[in-house]
Amino acid sequence: MTTYLVLLAGAENEWSDADPADRARWHQEHLTFGRVVGDAILGGEALAGVDTATTLRRRTGTVQLTDGPFAETAEQIGGFYLIEATDLDQVVTWCALLPEIYSIEIRPCIQLEGPEA
Amino acid sequence: MSLENVWRDEWGRLLALLVAQTRRLDLAEDALADAFERAARTWPAAGMPENPPAWLLTAARRRVLDRLRAEAVAARKQPQLVAEVRTAATGPGGDDDLLRLVLLAAHPALSEEAGAALTLRLVLGVATADIARLFLVPEATMAARLTRARKKVVAAGVPLAIPDDSVLPERLETVARVAYLAFTAGYAPGSGVDVVRAELAGEAIRLVRIVRGTGPAAAATPALTALLALMLLQHARRDARVGADGRLVLLPQQDRTAWHGEEIAEGRSLLADLTGQRGVAVDSALAAEYLLQALIAAEHARAGIAADTDWVTIADYYRQLERLTGSPVVRLNRAVAVAEAGDVTNAITLLDGLDEQLPHSHRLPAVRAELLAREGRHTDAVRAYDVAIARCANEPERLQLIDRRRGLSAT
Repeated sequence: MTTYLVLLAGAENEWSDADPADRARWHQEHLTFGRVVGDAILGGEALAGVDTATTLRRRTGTVQLTDGPFAETAEQIGGFYLIEATDLDQVVTWCALLPEIYSIEIRPCIQLEGPEA
Repeated sequence: MSLENVWRDEWGRLLALLVAQTRRLDLAEDALADAFERAARTWPAAGMPENPPAWLLTAARRRVLDRLRAEAVAARKQPQLVAEVRTAATGPGGDDDLLRLVLLAAHPALSEEAGAALTLRLVLGVATADIARLFLVPEATMAARLTRARKKVVAAGVPLAIPDDSVLPERLETVARVAYLAFTAGYAPGSGVDVVRAELAGEAIRLVRIVRGTGPAAAATPALTALLALMLLQHARRDARVGADGRLVLLPQQDRTAWHGEEIAEGRSLLADLTGQRGVAVDSALAAEYLLQALIAAEHARAGIAADTDWVTIADYYRQLERLTGSPVVRLNRAVAVAEAGDVTNAITLLDGLDEQLPHSHRLPAVRAELLAREGRHTDAVRAYDVAIARCANEPERLQLIDRRRGLSAT
């Protein structure tokens, strides 16, 4: 089993600017995804807009904060799921259930073998 | 039977088996390459073993065990491939194993370029240097590309598995795309005419044959059948493409007796299978695209001399192909076919609006110039030749265009 981070990116205001009917459909699609994937979902959240984002960088000993996301792009991450799957094909099958408004980035997580605490 | 034949016939099957057993792409590939090297060293003196594939498999397995032991000592955990449990119905080295390997290498999570390279390497055992030559990149670049592709496959969790029937047809079409990319790479213009690269394009034909041989799902994929026909019909002309001086010979000037008749016959028979069952080919856009291209190649193959070519039929195939793909290059080819069929005025109209889509093409103004000249519009033709000459980077072709332009201004 591999843990995958599923990043949901899309146009910033797509969800809020949409028709109520579209929003209801997308909501249903998330529910379907949740039902099908079930316990394999380890976590997942919808995120507040990028105008609420703060980016922190530690440079030369100081903590530097900037207003905004780490990359200004047309599509922004609006939410994520953390899921457990046997392989990429299974993740792809599941993610095909999610609303078509997203570009979905699928990233396998790796197990770090760091020094014992 | 030579060692080279064993390599050609057995590499993919043996690697599929080793990968399924070890779930380690890197290890299986290295071990099999090592087994072949050992065979090359020992067989000439000791003679060929009774069962060469079995000998190679045993040698490779031994090598795998050695490596695993060494790793255990180093206590390093290597990432493993995800593999589905192999069903009892799959015999040793069964076709399902090979299909799994094909679907892994030509996975849509890889770019088509990377997938093509990885598929040639894993399924056919083509040497990295040859794959590099096919794609016109330095060997080190191709080696790095292959390493990256192997890593991605393992790390992203691409499974060694055959997906269910709702996904399998799509995945087999990805295999077709990847094979066609390898084929066209062999015919892409490099520096001069490279006969070896055209021969390497033939590996794409071998790949599709192997894939179609894995079982009914692949054999019944119209895109793979149409693609095999298309490649056979085009590849059959390879020996006539190169003149005695080593220069490229274009279709109308080719010596048609140098075309491979048996390959043309096989391509035709595949087309007959497809067009015989009405509707089968057209339920997939990709299959329809390959089919139309194959039908065009078959029309050229049918004409004993260039003058006998049925350009009306070819122009109609291009019309359908343009509707299907919307490609400006197809439209340009269609215009040429329409002109050859005798309707030059219409052909010139077909070129309208292509300039924005093909702003750097020298072929577009060259074709326009040729058609305008045929219409007797010499001033416009000269102007179009000027544009073509300015854009053309290929020296022999540029000289040819300058020649044509000079011929016009002289009249």
